[in-house]
Amino acid sequence: MAGAHAASTDPDALSWYEATARQRVVALADPGSFQEFLPPTERRMSPHLPLFDLPRAFDDGIVVGRAALDGKPVLVAAQEGRFMGGAFGEIHGAKLVGLLRAALTLKPAAVLILFDTGGVRLQEANAGETAIAETMRAIVDVRAAGIPVIGLIGGRAGCYGGGGLIAGTCSRLAVSEGGRISVSGPEVIETNKGAEEFDSRDRALVWRTMGGKHRRLIGGADAFCTDSVSAFREAALDLIGRAPAFDLATLEAEQARLESRIARFGDCRDATEIWARLGVNDSEAVPAMDTRAFDETVSRVREADHDAR
Amino acid sequence: MTQWRGEREARDARIAAGRAHADGKVVPADAVVDLLEAVLRPGDRVCLEGDNQKQADCLARGLAACDPGKVHDLHMVQSGIVLPEHLDVFETGIAKRLDYSYSGPQGARIAKMLYGGQIQLGAVHTYLELFARYFVDLTPNVALIAGVSADRDGNLYTGPNTEDTPTVVEATAFKNGVVIAQVNQIVDTVPRVDIPGDRIDFVVEADTPFYVEPLFTRDPAAMTETQILIAMMAIKGIYSEYGIRRLNHGIGFGTAAIELLLPTYGEKLGLKGQICTHWALNPHPTLIPAIESGWVQQVHCFGSEVGMDRYIRARPDIFFTGADGSLRSNRAFCQTAGLYACDMFIGATLQIDLMGHSSTITQSRVAGFGGAPNMGSDPHGRRHPSDPWMKAGREGQIVGDPALMRGRKLVVQLVETFGEKLVPTFVEKLDALELAKKIGLELAPVMIYADDVTHIVTEEGIANLLLCRDADEREQAIRGVAGYTDVGRGRDRAKVEELRARGVIRRPEDLGIEPLDADRALLAAKSIKDLVHWSGGLYEPPAKFRNW
Amino acid sequence: MESLTFRHTTQKPLPGSVPNAITGVVASGNLEILLERVLPPDACEVAIETPIAGYGPVWEAVVADFVARAQPGGLRISINDGGARPDTVSLRLLQGARLMEA
Repeated sequence: MAGAHAASTDPDALSWYEATARQRVVALADPGSFQEFLPPTERRMSPHLPLFDLPRAFDDGIVVGRAALDGKPVLVAAQEGRFMGGAFGEIHGAKLVGLLRAALTLKPAAVLILFDTGGVRLQEANAGETAIAETMRAIVDVRAAGIPVIGLIGGRAGCYGGGGLIAGTCSRLAVSEGGRISVSGPEVIETNKGAEEFDSRDRALVWRTMGGKHRRLIGGADAFCTDSVSAFREAALDLIGRAPAFDLATLEAEQARLESRIARFGDCRDATEIWARLGVNDSEAVPAMDTRAFDETVSRVREADHDAR
Repeated sequence: MTQWRGEREARDARIAAGRAHADGKVVPADAVVDLLEAVLRPGDRVCLEGDNQKQADCLARGLAACDPGKVHDLHMVQSGIVLPEHLDVFETGIAKRLDYSYSGPQGARIAKMLYGGQIQLGAVHTYLELFARYFVDLTPNVALIAGVSADRDGNLYTGPNTEDTPTVVEATAFKNGVVIAQVNQIVDTVPRVDIPGDRIDFVVEADTPFYVEPLFTRDPAAMTETQILIAMMAIKGIYSEYGIRRLNHGIGFGTAAIELLLPTYGEKLGLKGQICTHWALNPHPTLIPAIESGWVQQVHCFGSEVGMDRYIRARPDIFFTGADGSLRSNRAFCQTAGLYACDMFIGATLQIDLMGHSSTITQSRVAGFGGAPNMGSDPHGRRHPSDPWMKAGREGQIVGDPALMRGRKLVVQLVETFGEKLVPTFVEKLDALELAKKIGLELAPVMIYADDVTHIVTEEGIANLLLCRDADEREQAIRGVAGYTDVGRGRDRAKVEELRARGVIRRPEDLGIEPLDADRALLAAKSIKDLVHWSGGLYEPPAKFRNW
Repeated sequence: MESLTFRHTTQKPLPGSVPNAITGVVASGNLEILLERVLPPDACEVAIETPIAGYGPVWEAVVADFVARAQPGGLRISINDGGARPDTVSLRLLQGARLMEA
């Protein structure tokens, strides 16, 4: 156990990508501070999956609760990307929505959402879609109440489908190199548009187009982390401190930036072209850069820091 | 009057016919079919270079497009049946007989065609057997080979994937055969001469670079705790105990896990320099951390691996490289090295029976053998001693004069008790026997015979078959590490405990290993990206293994 | 889905006082195990939900070996299986017992 548990509690050594949702939450929060709502012993499991002869999880693939982050009270939700691809089902969604609504009463310093999801669970799609809409509505209410909602993305399922939409409504996002943010997944695009348009097996292409570095360079994410729990913790603390106001001026500025983005990059055929236009000198070298070299590159790109995704 | 030069005259006639489609030796890609129809004769023995990795794909497409009225009844003699065209030629009648060695991706189709009688099968060989027969009774009339570049005189640069080429050319060119090479590029000067130009009769500039499959890349991200546990047991219970320095690894996840545990778990056990110093091995990306931490002295390779070229060039003290700096591999020599100069072969298999016979054949696939039976066998022609070889010999010797004792090669099967989809690895009877009956093979396709196997390692423990004194002990030793499979649950518990007391079976706790310590944190690299970091950015993994 | 329940009597209670623990994830070839210290100290119950039918005797053997080895008296153990192999099940059970002993 020395191996297993030394690794799982040392946030410097623990890979975010490899960790389970539960390990991420425990290692992210101040030691011993995490208190789970509706823990596995409550057995709030999906009522739908048995109809499809599919196994259930005691927490329906999401861990929610309260914790302290550097002494400040926060609410936390973490999706388990390995259970059903982290997908939103009825209970899963209700736990996230409930947590966000509780924020209005509990007034934490922030709500952290540790995304790891392919989107909506097909077997309970109506409930899942509803949960996506309710979550976005709840995030708007929480942000309007002055509480930042921070998304952390670096799991193996990425942040796709409805998860990508929800991420778009967060105050700030932190992403690692392995993290991906998009709405339609690579396979979906290939199925609908053909392999010539997007070859989902070309993983370098997938990450160039949807991965953490690209999202950071175009300003789709506000922080870039190495793949460790401690890096995500630092990023979360930093982003809580510089969350944008949630008002009309912010929204109008976001709209203007999105319009200018499509005008500027709409004809690009590959992310490397976008990076070149952003002023990255050696855009082909970006995927191989280590965190430090990439941070330097980001610091020279003006578009990387703004509130539009 | 006796005719002594008939073959030579026939060869000259073939070359003269081919010259009509060439400019000197150089043939444009769109003239391949004309060239082949001019050079080939019905019934020829043809080697269409299909190696484990490198494929003469442009020439394969050309051969498949020949007119079966002109080119027919060929006897194909090649190590790998890999591309669809390799079998298409049997459907059209261009080819009739087949002698080969390995058919990984085409295993299912080959089984169907054998069953349907479209292929007259000579035999399924090991690599060394087939290469040996090139020089005795399967000498090619025409060899269709692949290289990276050639000059106009035919001097050929094979690139890092030299593989089978020198062997094929040797047998063909020096016995009145015709050699046709496809290259990615015709150049003024080749980087190095792998095959001298006077052994190459025609050079085709291919329309696309030849295809190489990354067969030896195992993503550390997919390694499980069970594989790590098995790797720990192998390192502590076999590598360390016998002091294995010269070895060959299979291509499975279990042996890849061992490679990744050397700089961590192996280091902790103080084994650096004591084990794993000299290898007959393809350039496995998972060996990079061990190389970088100073475990490895040298590696000779059968072939190369996609993405490893820059790394190999930067490590000439470790790898065999040419004057140009790139890897020089050679399948025939490396197989020989694995057979005679290594003290241990360790690899995985799909099925093991109660005696220890193993096979990678399933009911509907004839995957062939490749090189595992060469390396995974005890070479009775070996005459040089080494400590591991002698120790194994002593363990295995039951009777006879100790002064006449000889050593034993360690042949280790590293398996999980259940494979994919809960299919048991341990079985009462190999599927290979059923398949042999179904398609009429004279010899059942057994990968490694029981009398060559010395150890079986599973997550349940190590069975040392050298120490078994009769067939019943052997069966119980195998059942004793077969876990919860039917074979494992059918064990005689008392007998198994007795074998454990004698050290024939050793459980993790007998080796001082706590199964809960088998954690991914022990892997020197947990992802392909980590391997890139270990290599200092020199390893360039193929796109399908990236997540950045 | 197949449901299996095995009840055992143990010679002693599992040491430690952790009230409950969970380990593993329900994914292909994996499983999650929830352990709760809610039974009398000489009793252990293991309840399994698995999508793969027909492996009752294997589960029975794995659970019996675990109980003999870990003596998990007092524990109710609930398993959501994603098609894990027996070796993975054994490993997770031992990991779970270790968490409860902490």
